[in-house]
Amino acid sequence: MARILTALVIGLIFGLGLAVAGMTDPAKVLGFLDLAGDWDPSLAFVMGAGVIVTFIGYKLVLSRSGPVLAGAFQIPTRRDIDLNLVAGAALFGIGWGLAGYCPGPALSSLVSGALPVVALVASMAAGMVVVRVIKARG
Amino acid sequence: MSQFLLPTLGGALIAFSAVLMMAMLGRIAGISGIFGGLLPPAPATGGEAALRLAFVVGLLGGPLLLGLLTGDTGIGAPTVDLPMMIVGGFLVGIGTALGSGCTSGHGICGLSRLSPRSLVAVATFMATGVATVFVVRHLF
Repeated sequence: MARILTALVIGLIFGLGLAVAGMTDPAKVLGFLDLAGDWDPSLAFVMGAGVIVTFIGYKLVLSRSGPVLAGAFQIPTRRDIDLNLVAGAALFGIGWGLAGYCPGPALSSLVSGALPVVALVASMAAGMVVVRVIKARG
Repeated sequence: MSQFLLPTLGGALIAFSAVLMMAMLGRIAGISGIFGGLLPPAPATGGEAALRLAFVVGLLGGPLLLGLLTGDTGIGAPTVDLPMMIVGGFLVGIGTALGSGCTSGHGICGLSRLSPRSLVAVATFMATGVATVFVVRHLF
């Protein structure tokens, strides 16, 4: 129960951060990606502050023996650059540029109940299922 | 200057969440991975499913909390029509599942770990995101 409540609070802080940052406003996101237009650079500060604070925080946390409510740190270990990584990131970027939603803001924005956002999240889930099925078949 | 204050504060909150996730639960705060793990085939079960679902419910609560504090949830209206929302969402789903991460897992967490895979992923999705907006807004 402590783990589930903790996950809820961590998700809440994440969602609050997305909303404060402006990531839940697709007009702002598309303005950030529109380098050739009336470019809005402000969202670069989300990534900048996010990476700097996380970099320092990870240094402090990962120097400990393990997480508080789990057995061990689960850190990705792969370092190879494969086609799936590059093709996947490329397709993700195209989808992000078309509608202005990456997964976190899409989920957070669901709370508005707006039908187009519900449709986008359902479609995103369908895309994930397609890839998961193909990957599971190896 | 003030236009950069809220994005910086928001980025710091996202980072605080990512660091807490590692400190408490020992995981990367990657939204596409956490959400995708709830989906077929082989969806998470039991306590693992509850944990992932709780995180997602928390994500939805974020804008509500901001709305309570300030009167504005920060949620903006979609700017494209329904078919484009569906196509965009589908590509985001396929891409993040295939590329094992999105703006949070590769962007915030991966870059902070200096992961070479995440660096390539972020450079790639930023490039195709910018290219897509360019094509849609300036070539058509």
